[in-house]
Amino acid sequence: MIAGDIEFSDELQSYIDEWSKKEGGLVMMLHRIQNEFGYVPRAAAEKLSLISGIPLAKIYGVITFYHFFKTTKPGKHRISVCMGTACYLKGSQELLEEIRSILSIEPDEVTDDGLFSVDEVRCLGCCGLAPVIMIDDEVYGKLTKEQLPDIIAKYRSL
Amino acid sequence: MAYKNFILVCGGTGCESSRSDEIYKSLISEAEALGVSHDVQVVKTGCFGFCEQGPIVKVLPSESFYVKVKPEDAHEIIAEQVIKGREVSRLLYRKDKKAETAKLEGIESYQKQFRIVLRNCGVINPESIDEYIVRDGYRALEKALFEMTPEEVIAEVKASGLRGRGGAGFPTGLKWEAARKSPGDIKYIVCNADEGDPGAYMDRSTIEGDPHSILEAMVIAGRAVGANFGYIYIRAEYPLAIERLKIAIQQAKNYGLLGKDILGSGFDFDIEIRLGAGAFVCGEETALLQSIEGKRGMPRPKPPFPAVKGLWGKPTVINNVETLANVPVILTRGAKWFASIGTDKSKGTKVFALTGKINNSGLIEVPMGTTLREIIFDIGGGIRNGKKFKGVQTGGPSGGIIVEKDLDTQISYESLTALGSMMGSGGMIVMDEDDCVVDVSKFYMAFCVDESCGKCAPCRIGTKQMYGLLDKITKGQGEEADLVKLEQIGKAMTKASLCMLGGSAANPTLATLRHFRDEYLEHIRDKKCRAGKCKDLVVYEIDPIKCIGCGLCARHCPVPCITGEKKKPHVIDGSKCIKCGECFVACKFGAVVKR
Repeated sequence: MIAGDIEFSDELQSYIDEWSKKEGGLVMMLHRIQNEFGYVPRAAAEKLSLISGIPLAKIYGVITFYHFFKTTKPGKHRISVCMGTACYLKGSQELLEEIRSILSIEPDEVTDDGLFSVDEVRCLGCCGLAPVIMIDDEVYGKLTKEQLPDIIAKYRSL
Repeated sequence: MAYKNFILVCGGTGCESSRSDEIYKSLISEAEALGVSHDVQVVKTGCFGFCEQGPIVKVLPSESFYVKVKPEDAHEIIAEQVIKGREVSRLLYRKDKKAETAKLEGIESYQKQFRIVLRNCGVINPESIDEYIVRDGYRALEKALFEMTPEEVIAEVKASGLRGRGGAGFPTGLKWEAARKSPGDIKYIVCNADEGDPGAYMDRSTIEGDPHSILEAMVIAGRAVGANFGYIYIRAEYPLAIERLKIAIQQAKNYGLLGKDILGSGFDFDIEIRLGAGAFVCGEETALLQSIEGKRGMPRPKPPFPAVKGLWGKPTVINNVETLANVPVILTRGAKWFASIGTDKSKGTKVFALTGKINNSGLIEVPMGTTLREIIFDIGGGIRNGKKFKGVQTGGPSGGIIVEKDLDTQISYESLTALGSMMGSGGMIVMDEDDCVVDVSKFYMAFCVDESCGKCAPCRIGTKQMYGLLDKITKGQGEEADLVKLEQIGKAMTKASLCMLGGSAANPTLATLRHFRDEYLEHIRDKKCRAGKCKDLVVYEIDPIKCIGCGLCARHCPVPCITGEKKKPHVIDGSKCIKCGECFVACKFGAVVKR
């Protein structure tokens, strides 16, 4: 495969053209790439390096430093379990284990059908609703283990 | 056009995630359907701070305060209140089922509060610059541009006694002055909105509820120090806050309050948003600057301080969201007024995200000098389910735990530090008797291991070693010598780390060791966790007196390791038990006990 062999949308391309001229735009460009692909594919990082002139090693240094950037493709539905202190005290660790057991996946894995991946995330900022999980953009608060199978089932058929 | 009623719907993250957006839309469509859309204006506001009871809807002018509203209730609110002028009694807030209904201002937890930072949250529509302006918005900027010299602005902020609300408490006026005096034509203002402390959401709510106050303060800061460009560094995990900032920036530009020649004063100032990417260490000033420069967010030694050498080597002022939100009020109402609130050395108010095992979780703002007891018991309504208070954690992974005997301490930067905790950014997490201090310390240490950037050895190695020791203790393999080791490593990290992440990472462990050493010893000597949180130490047993022999526990047991004849006490085989707790949950007679 040729380095950087990946199609960018016009919006992404023009965003990168604009930001690669600005000082310190790397983090912002990576955000935009992850927005488009759901993660930062290797080929996209290579292409970014070619366009911007930033060495690939430096780009990967930044990607791997920040928790937010992913280098593997996530599931179609991303389940985020809040691991903020308020949620932790109210049992989010048990929710996490239960979700992993329902989906039978390990950390950083995607279910075989590609539907789900599970992330532990930092405080989602709705501590009043602890414990909280987020599936895609939908927040579920004041959860108990027993509610999880139904919630997950809803997304299987989506 | 004059509206008869105004309906304020909370658009804070907590309420938004319990469908407040649907409520907002339903209210509008119901008003249209019932032909009264000219009589009522529906507004989406910022956080009311009453997250526990959300979603919140408030109706003006009657001040009806509705809690736990559902989208289906929209019809009734419009039909009853807007058309017939009658409150929907079943939705009104009550302290408990029998209590009288109460207006927002009448609720005890509101009366002890004093809102400066959150002055507009829950009052205005955060997506409307006009509503901000009506509430004296951008008045302070006008003053700073036309009635005061930059030196006078700095003198005013200094006189107010305002200190950094991000945690460290450095006097804001001094920071500005240092940056002003630093030589150079190009200077920067940075707003730190990288709220990474788990269990804190003050800054998010401030931006979501009142974004213009931050923009106004940044322009004022720019004018004061002689900077023409500002960055807002905000967590990518806060999409709603980012969206509202974008709207606010565009509105301010359209009104000539941002950009070239602001209000014809000849002063230029522009603001750009930069997104964080989930690194706690980027809350540290120098790491944050690295991140804005598009690099790995690793701190560097200070001095030189950012006010001298910051972004791209230029003098830079970094202020936290809450700090900035105070600035416009200080200029409009005067330093003297601001300095009259609070304690001797800590002026003004502080916003806290009060969460954990407390009855009224939510966002509160109190004058400095309020006691922790007032916050937890009067405002927070005490501990959930009548449990016993164990401690309150302030300052997140950098702070410590404060126990019962110190609850009458008046909060200030100094008093919390003296108690071995810190003000921190404002997370306040209440723990009850069911929480294990060793487990919580391990939780925070795991967080620090994860977030340590790895640049300096004390933090990189120290956090990992301390985590290992804590993990060992929670598994019942600890030795008494481990406690001494924890203290030694902790103290070394505190002294030798490059930045405050490592410098304070040991705080939760050291504080719990000081207050709850007996619990650590229990884990080590007796292999016992009294809160029942440390799974490896919990032993499940069946109380033969309470057990009626229904067999429910045995049916739930996945191993199975519970045996017994029908109608006779059952027994758990401890050697096979995997400690899943299913039997404990299943038993309806309280016969399964944790020991």
